[in-house]
Amino acid sequence: MNTHLAHHFDDADQQFDAARLGMWIFLATEIMFFGGMFVGYTIYRVNYPQAFAVGSSHLQLVAGTVNTAVLLLSSFTMALAVRCSQTNRRTGTVFLLAITLLLGVVFLGIKGFEYTEKFATHHVPGESFSLSEPHSSPVDPQHVELFFSFYFAMTGFHALHMIIGVALVTIAATQAWKKCFSAEYYTPVEITGLYWHFVDIVWVFLFPLLYLIR
Amino acid sequence: MTHHIVPVKTYAFVFAALLVLLALTVAAAQIENEVLNLLVGLTIAVSKAALIMLFFMHLRYNTFVIRMAAVAGFFWLAILMTLTMSDYLSRM
Repeated sequence: MNTHLAHHFDDADQQFDAARLGMWIFLATEIMFFGGMFVGYTIYRVNYPQAFAVGSSHLQLVAGTVNTAVLLLSSFTMALAVRCSQTNRRTGTVFLLAITLLLGVVFLGIKGFEYTEKFATHHVPGESFSLSEPHSSPVDPQHVELFFSFYFAMTGFHALHMIIGVALVTIAATQAWKKCFSAEYYTPVEITGLYWHFVDIVWVFLFPLLYLIR
Repeated sequence: MTHHIVPVKTYAFVFAALLVLLALTVAAAQIENEVLNLLVGLTIAVSKAALIMLFFMHLRYNTFVIRMAAVAGFFWLAILMTLTMSDYLSRM
């Protein structure tokens, strides 16, 4: 008898599918949450394409590319962590979740480094915003400021999701360490994985839309 | 339990494909044409997202209902995008 089975489910499989369905419905609301910002971004990029290209050229492409690779790698280790719990490999699960956690922190560190540079060069929207070098193209600095508003709002909310993700992975790793999971029951690892991959997908779209504009 | 266990090889292959797509999208960003640049960038992003969802998030092995929930999120986003942009783009 599975001790994790709640009384209103027929069997553990049904319970597991219900948990995954619930998570996907939550992720659909998350798509809508980020979707509002993506639509806002689209409207202003259509209106001020040159200003967005200028703003994008001020971002650090290397840092953005490295961060994308870090997140993709963390999704890979997360997928392997879920696989380890499916096959009853506890140490493997804990180890891979710890690596995922570490990569998440590395991502946030690089992001923090980028933010610091943006504050230092006055590219943060607000009173002290300034575009230091004069541009030959007739671009309104205020429109570039708009680009940076979207940059900080979107990457900021993404970073917030990363912080929540890091917390969730920490909890899952601790539970795995305490032998809470088995091949019969590892729902929290699977659900945390879904969240982590979702946050990765948001970044997959943010990266070309913010860093790669020409 | 009848959970589908994906071979490590499949995950490794997907990860390699994701890295190749990342290299491609950075290289393609050098394209000077505004529209083509955006189109290539978005196509690669959609491919990467699809790979992550189908394999890492197990959508390929999930039930129909779960797949529909995933599609629904993007469908509603498409409605938001289409209606908003059909307004803004037709105002000029």
